[in-house]
Amino acid sequence: MTAKDTKTIVAGTVIAMAMLIAGAQVQGVRDDRDFGPSSREDSLYIASGSAIHRLSVGYHSLAADLYWIRTVQYYGGIKRRLADAAVGILSDEPLPTDYDLLYPLLDITTTLDPRLNIAYRFGSIFLAEPFPGGAGRPDLAIELLQKGARARPEKWEYLQDIGFVYYWWLHDFEMAAKWFNRAADVEGAPWWLRSLAGMTMAEGGDRSSSRRIWESLLETPDNEWLRNDARWRLRQLDAMDFIDELQARVDQLTASTGQPPARWEELVRMGLLPGIPVDSDNTPYILDLGRVRVSPESDLFPLPDEPKRPPPGM
Amino acid sequence: MNGTVWIAVNVFRESVRDKVLYNLVLFAILMLGVSFLIGQLTAGQDMKILKDLGLASTSIFGLFIAVFIGTQLVYKEVERRSIYSLLSKPIARRQLIVGKYLGLVLTLGVNLSIMTIAFYAVVAYESWVLGPDAAAAWETPALDPAMLKAIALIFVELSIVTAIALFFSTFSTPILSAALTFAMFVAGRFSEDLRNFDEVVESPLAATLAQWIYWLLPNLAPFDVRSEVVYGQPVPLGYLALTAAYGLFYIAALLVAASIIFSRRDFK
Repeated sequence: MTAKDTKTIVAGTVIAMAMLIAGAQVQGVRDDRDFGPSSREDSLYIASGSAIHRLSVGYHSLAADLYWIRTVQYYGGIKRRLADAAVGILSDEPLPTDYDLLYPLLDITTTLDPRLNIAYRFGSIFLAEPFPGGAGRPDLAIELLQKGARARPEKWEYLQDIGFVYYWWLHDFEMAAKWFNRAADVEGAPWWLRSLAGMTMAEGGDRSSSRRIWESLLETPDNEWLRNDARWRLRQLDAMDFIDELQARVDQLTASTGQPPARWEELVRMGLLPGIPVDSDNTPYILDLGRVRVSPESDLFPLPDEPKRPPPGM
Repeated sequence: MNGTVWIAVNVFRESVRDKVLYNLVLFAILMLGVSFLIGQLTAGQDMKILKDLGLASTSIFGLFIAVFIGTQLVYKEVERRSIYSLLSKPIARRQLIVGKYLGLVLTLGVNLSIMTIAFYAVVAYESWVLGPDAAAAWETPALDPAMLKAIALIFVELSIVTAIALFFSTFSTPILSAALTFAMFVAGRFSEDLRNFDEVVESPLAATLAQWIYWLLPNLAPFDVRSEVVYGQPVPLGYLALTAAYGLFYIAALLVAASIIFSRRDFK
């Protein structure tokens, strides 16, 4: 290589680098400028899973992976924007009010790869949970799980999850017990599903039944997200147990003084509590007109509506 | 050295000189990049997606090599006029075709072998990073040897695509040959639909025609067992043997047809 060649290469590299840096600068200026509201609305250009299956020319597993990643990004993106808004970080875009693409994305993903276990289990939990935690569509959660059960009849977990949606979100204990029993009928299903079905029929709405269901979800090795969700729910149930205990002490003080305590310190002073009670997030419980609640600042907030059995005879 | 083998070895050397194996660097970067980023994006599906991507990439990278080099094999000799010196040697035209084909298949084989080693290495690394807790949720072990079955069928499928590309290149330009080969590849992936065409059309003539096209087109869908091995579904050795045998017969038919066309070409 001659000296002239070397000079040409060095000069060319310098010019190329300078152009790249200049381009990045211009891009930065454009991004910082306000050119009106951006149109970052999520959309699906092709809504049919079978059409995408064809278009993927045999690479449908890879296409399913890409749609799965998009599903996670979509769900996580909305959650993050809502969480940002909750702490005062607002963008120009209007806040999302639903997860309307969650089901179509999960449907496409599972059409492209009918064996993608996590899509059914993740999908059903977040479809069923009310907004802002999820889409608030237990009907679609059941539809997705039934699709999974058709694709993988050996997966008793999907039938258990359907029972769970009926139990936890629809409070239909008869249907829940029916689906737990159907899950128990699948070869290889754990023995406790049968007793769960019986317990649901007999004591549906009881907190211990809820705890057993969440514990069973915690035991599944499928996914850390699902296990984290189950752990969080179990912490919420612990908090509800503790709130019941605290409420009993508050009621005791109210009965003896004739008026509800305004501050925890009053219970501490009376020896009813060793200190200000905090939840597993280390956030103090709230005492509001004699009622004990979890603080909105706690990661446990909001506590779920407990399934309640209608009174006998109704 | 036998003329066919001599040509095959030269095709391989030429592909190395043409830096065809550089795609391996791209493959390695892609796999390492994905293994690094994947945990942030997939909500626990890291290993499954890594395997899907690795197997699909070996197929796609191989497909591009088969099409873009396969369609150039004969054309370059004619364009550079080196065909005259080749044909003046004691080498039959059919040997030239078979030699060119074997040379590119050798290139693909070496390419695929190195990609397979890199793929297993990245999967082993990812498995080590994720640890035994994550492994409990996997449908198959990280270093499942069954993935080699999928890779073997990818190799046979790519060998068919190479034969198709070579066949078209004996009478057509590289651009047209590449377009036709891609079209055949896509049609081959869907050709099983033609078998049941009589269920969706009323015309018996159309149904018969579809049946004929089904037998004529390469049926490439059975070569795709990537999803099965990733989910630990059984892929019996009998299935592998029959599918590979079908591939070999189809390749033989294409090479014979390509040799006939090439032997009748006039290079004056």
